[in-house]
Amino acid sequence: MTIDATTADPVSRSRQKAGAEGAAHSAGALADAPPIVGQPGAWSRVRRNLSVRIGGFFLLLLVAIAFAAPWLGTVDPSLFDPASRDLLPGREGEITTLDGETLKHRFWMGSDSFGRDIYSRVVYGTQVSLVVGIATAAVALAIGIVLGLVAGYLRRVDGILMRVMDGVMAIPAILIAIALVAMWRGSLLTVVVAIAIPEIPRVTRLVRSLVLSIREEPYVEAAISLGTPTVKIMLRHVLPNTVAPLVVQGTFICGAGILTEAILSFLGVGLPPDIPTWGNVMAEGRAQFNQYPHNIFFPGVFLALTVLAVNILGDGLRDTLDPKMARRT
Amino acid sequence: MGRFLVRRLLATLPVLAIVAVLVFAMLRLTPGDPAAVLAGDAATTEQIARIRSGLGLDRSIAEQFVIWAGRMLTGDLGESFYYKTKVTELIGQRLEPTLSLAALTITIAVVVAVPLGVLAAWRFGGWLDRGLMAFSVLGFSIPIFVLAYLLIWAVSLQLGWLPVQGYRRLADGIGPWFRHLLLPSITLSVIYIALIARVTRASVLETLGEDYIRTARAKGLREGRVLVRHALANAAVPIATVIGIGIALLIGGVVVTESVYAIPGLGRLTADAVLARDFPTIQGVILLFSFAYVLINLLVDVSYVFLDPRIRY
Repeated sequence: MTIDATTADPVSRSRQKAGAEGAAHSAGALADAPPIVGQPGAWSRVRRNLSVRIGGFFLLLLVAIAFAAPWLGTVDPSLFDPASRDLLPGREGEITTLDGETLKHRFWMGSDSFGRDIYSRVVYGTQVSLVVGIATAAVALAIGIVLGLVAGYLRRVDGILMRVMDGVMAIPAILIAIALVAMWRGSLLTVVVAIAIPEIPRVTRLVRSLVLSIREEPYVEAAISLGTPTVKIMLRHVLPNTVAPLVVQGTFICGAGILTEAILSFLGVGLPPDIPTWGNVMAEGRAQFNQYPHNIFFPGVFLALTVLAVNILGDGLRDTLDPKMARRT
Repeated sequence: MGRFLVRRLLATLPVLAIVAVLVFAMLRLTPGDPAAVLAGDAATTEQIARIRSGLGLDRSIAEQFVIWAGRMLTGDLGESFYYKTKVTELIGQRLEPTLSLAALTITIAVVVAVPLGVLAAWRFGGWLDRGLMAFSVLGFSIPIFVLAYLLIWAVSLQLGWLPVQGYRRLADGIGPWFRHLLLPSITLSVIYIALIARVTRASVLETLGEDYIRTARAKGLREGRVLVRHALANAAVPIATVIGIGIALLIGGVVVTESVYAIPGLGRLTADAVLARDFPTIQGVILLFSFAYVLINLLVDVSYVFLDPRIRY
């Protein structure tokens, strides 16, 4: 711990920032978050972790792809051309724009049975997947934090709330998501909420257990004896201490969210088919898999690599931010 | 032991009851008129009204729940909108393929994962250990349907070793049954292997640091015996636990795997029911899967007594 504390000095921090690694930058932004009590130098430890760097680098690359989608040689992902149906990867074809103009276009990843460009759909699909993953983590964390604080602080609701959470955890996550989406019909909001709901109990449990241990700390007792209102104690003293484990948990939820969205879309109950998501592109390619495996192969590789990057980042964050959790698994 | 079993069984009843309430709430307390949702977009007002009274939706929520719960307790899961048969009957027809798939998957997973985990812990930091850790991260990340199509493409389409899709009943001979199930089971077992191997490794790693391991080695036991009788046997409880928890992953995987491989089991039934918005069937399948999950974990709890003689109830 003491060794880490010395590396957190401004000099080494600026030296780190001078490095061109993308991961260092993202972690540098996080360094502005509230300091983690009892973990001096945690963020500098994060920045030096190999898993964080690899996972973070690939994620930043995907974010860049998502933002730069229109300039990466793509066409509008909803454009189709009957003359360009079922092209193999790398073939030349033509595509008709909304203005009725016909353009020459090279289909790097082939086309689907409507004559849409798989490459454009996969590149634009990056946007959807990242938004769904991040939004899912945000929703699950927000609700889980509130419920966890309530359960940890109000003993009267604790019993009932945690029993309900046990019940939610007893239903396999994907079934909850499937049933809710079937009931609500797929839109970005309903898909995100449906995927987030089964993730809430784990966040609630985590926050609750942290609250229960933190509220016994001397500085919280001191605050209570000084007459600090409960809400202020929660926000000022308890919440900052939950940041590190929640960042780790949120990263894993993000990865699981991206996977689940793809599964829902693949089964035909996720986002509407006209939205280019990796799951939708693969669902489209199912019927013709025997002749044209590329329709499933390309989005599948993107999906797997994205989830892999998120999980590697999560592993690195867990090892550096939350050593207790790292020892448990 | 008998009294312990009864007590544990009684302790799971509240969880099962909460699951039932949640499943009921999930499909009844959603925004909008459930009868209109159930009837579909093309339904007339009379059709919607008929569905509403047929489901008892014109009564209060509490009344509805009591009626619904009463039916569930007598084993009546209602009638499927889509198949027009009793949901219990539907489930009965679809049980065999899913049980076969699950049994084969769990067998493959345990047989592969436990030895791998033990060996990785034994040679901690070695190439097998690193390979296994890399595999487990990969196993958690690769979507099950992508893996399924990769395997179909390589093993069935390119090599032609196994059938692409479909299912043969066990009654039609064990050979065809096995050949049709092998690829789906391998697909499904990958994430399960990743999970079990990781926990086995961590658990065995911990027991290998204990004094009795040094004692066992000091008295000249063969290394294999040390690993199995002393290290693995003492690491068994967390491994059993993760096998039980992993059933949730397995159930999620079954829905996808059965859809890709066209296996007429409960997972395929779930996917089809969701597409057809067949709510009684969705409800029945979710209840069945959740109850199975809870009961399997109850069995795992009970197995601790056999795995670790120090645990007494």
